[in-house]
Amino acid sequence: MKTLLFVMLMATPVVAQVPYERILDAASEPGSWLTYSGTYGAQRYSTLDQINRENVARLQPSWIYQVRSLEKFEVSPLVVDGVMYITEPPSGVTALDLRTGRPIWSYRRALPEGIVACCGLVNRGVALLDDQVFVGTVDAYLIALDARTGRVRWEVEVADYAMGHAVTVAPLALKDKVIVGIAGGEYGIRGFLDAYDAVSGTRLWRFWTVPGPGEPGHDSWSGDSWKRGGAPTWVTGAYDPELNLLYWGTGNPGPDFIGEVRRGDNLYSESLIALDPDTGELQWYFQFLPHDIHDYDSTQVPVLLDAEFGGEPRKLLLFPNRNAFYYVLDRVTGEFLVGEPFAKQTWAIGLGEGGRPIEIPETIPSKEGALVYPDDDGAANWYSPSYSPQTDLIYQNVREKGGIYYLADATFEPGKLYMGASRRIVPGEDPKGFLRALNPLTGALVWEIEVHSPPWAGLMSTAGGLVFSGTMEGDFFAADAQTGDVLWRFQTGGSIYANPITYFSEGRQFIAIAAGNALFTFALPE
Amino acid sequence: MVGTIRFVLSSLVVLWIPTVGVAQVTDMEQGRRLYESQCGSCHGPQGNGGRGANLAQPQLRRASSDQALFNIIRRGIRGTGMPGSFLSPIQISSIAAYVRTLGQVEPEDIPGNKSRGETTYLSLDCQRCHTVGGYGGAVGPDLDDIGARRNATHLREALIAPEVSLPTSFLQVRVITKDEHIFSGIRVNEDAFSIQFRDLAGRFHSFWKDELNELNKEWQRSPMDSYREKLTKEQMDDLVAYLASLKGLR
Repeated sequence: MKTLLFVMLMATPVVAQVPYERILDAASEPGSWLTYSGTYGAQRYSTLDQINRENVARLQPSWIYQVRSLEKFEVSPLVVDGVMYITEPPSGVTALDLRTGRPIWSYRRALPEGIVACCGLVNRGVALLDDQVFVGTVDAYLIALDARTGRVRWEVEVADYAMGHAVTVAPLALKDKVIVGIAGGEYGIRGFLDAYDAVSGTRLWRFWTVPGPGEPGHDSWSGDSWKRGGAPTWVTGAYDPELNLLYWGTGNPGPDFIGEVRRGDNLYSESLIALDPDTGELQWYFQFLPHDIHDYDSTQVPVLLDAEFGGEPRKLLLFPNRNAFYYVLDRVTGEFLVGEPFAKQTWAIGLGEGGRPIEIPETIPSKEGALVYPDDDGAANWYSPSYSPQTDLIYQNVREKGGIYYLADATFEPGKLYMGASRRIVPGEDPKGFLRALNPLTGALVWEIEVHSPPWAGLMSTAGGLVFSGTMEGDFFAADAQTGDVLWRFQTGGSIYANPITYFSEGRQFIAIAAGNALFTFALPE
Repeated sequence: MVGTIRFVLSSLVVLWIPTVGVAQVTDMEQGRRLYESQCGSCHGPQGNGGRGANLAQPQLRRASSDQALFNIIRRGIRGTGMPGSFLSPIQISSIAAYVRTLGQVEPEDIPGNKSRGETTYLSLDCQRCHTVGGYGGAVGPDLDDIGARRNATHLREALIAPEVSLPTSFLQVRVITKDEHIFSGIRVNEDAFSIQFRDLAGRFHSFWKDELNELNKEWQRSPMDSYREKLTKEQMDDLVAYLASLKGLR
């Protein structure tokens, strides 16, 4: 009887209890995946090594879960205590039994008709804190669910969806708060980053990424252009608990392609902002691209690294930017340290003093059409890079594709696209995609794998000496993290727009990836 | 109550506008400007596609009627990057009317006799590579509705200099295997690890890239020879007239 009871207890997933301290210490719990990038430092690296260079060729599918949606499936799953938490586009959440892949509960949201989100009704994942699951929605709400049942504890309107706001970002939970960013940079929104009390849903602070009258930086916007200044925050940031600094990338100023109507540097668009998470106060910022007219959102995942730099130990922040430059910043002060191209680019001669780009005017959108590399999908995008302390390399999926930009009207009307250019593909071009391994301190290329079409998949590296990636043609693959040799591949049958994760379950290491409209898990044969 | 009436009225407007027909609410210039600002960043300034679908076609696969096109612009297409919009019904109608012009070929006087042209088409064995009415090969583009998509000038140029107007998805590849066999054909599919193509006899080939010593992509090369010297002026006119007469099944 005792045995039976024990077996019954083991078979029932334990209620997820994810206190802040557990996420803080996520690196020492590699069997789980507790936050978007694995740890607050966002290296997307796992110390699990059961699957490694020697045996990865035997990796095989374990279970597959098919979502009930045809939208792009961009989720990074979270895993804890026998349960996997995924979002299903547009704004649903499902808890899956880790052993079988069978659903435990699903949350579905009734959405109003006519949601506008420029690039698909997508979602990149949930956050966990204590016994709750947090999800943002395309109608711009933040919702807290009971992790055990999926029932709604509270919901709060982050912003008005009819103005072009949407929440597609996976929230970041830290301390007693949930940090959430906003999308809508193509609709003339005014961007912000919010923090909500995890228990009550009360908004604790809002940092406007476009400063209002009287605030520092407001004079970097001509006239009243700040009201429609964009600078959205639609990709999950990183957090340094020792410095108590929250790092987040910001997107394009609005309108995307016309600069005359918003003269000035347009702070804090195209920036890395460092905030005090307790107050939302800005501690420092670094603007990668003042007065952008190419729509090169700096909304990538910042990667935190402590390393020797220039002969002394430094706290660094690594940032392969959509604009095709690889940046290293001092994350204590925001000092610019390195900025080198890691992909084909034609918009800048290079970076000048303090990292300010020296731009090439011929690439500015014009009536006649202006060719520029990369196009506005960028050399990188929202999908995650990965840093491996084992190889001391940073991995980045790279897009090399140009665009020809023609000026168009940009008349602001609430909820309507406010961009200012049309885009033509480059005739006869063969766009290229790569997985590149870079020196983290210089951005220099160490190796690369050509992957046919420009990819939209993120990366994960492991102590098994592997880096995992996916392609638009549906190949999910593992490469030797040191050499770039492809050691294993699997055709999933659908384009991969997601980041891989890994976890441990019942003595076995698993790899999970969203591909097509399904979530795949892989493990070595038992 | 006022709110209810207003709601009912606005619903009526939404339902009513598209049924009067796109042409009646057309302001083509407004349609063009709205198209360029709201649609052009994905569909291209002339509708030739990019992130979004190619709209410069006589028939839109997802929008067979004006009402369907109106609904798509309003509501978006679930499961794709095509968003809905808060544009007014009049704005949507003017965009839809403009989109309908993108794939249109202006009527033109074409010298030549289309039934003689069909005989020329068959005698040249064009159907070895091209399909009309379900018969033919799949090496070259289907010609079912080529006359609705391309004008006579374009068709003539394509016959004289095929490599100048190759369709974007059309790529000739040539591979040498590790056991030193050579194959060539038109690419059907490719990914990081494999490639598939169809040779001129219509045979399908599939290779893992690690089975190959060489993979050459011959951009700007067409397996179709120029017909500049092969046809008399009259035969060329007839063939163009035949191709221009192919308007599709619908």
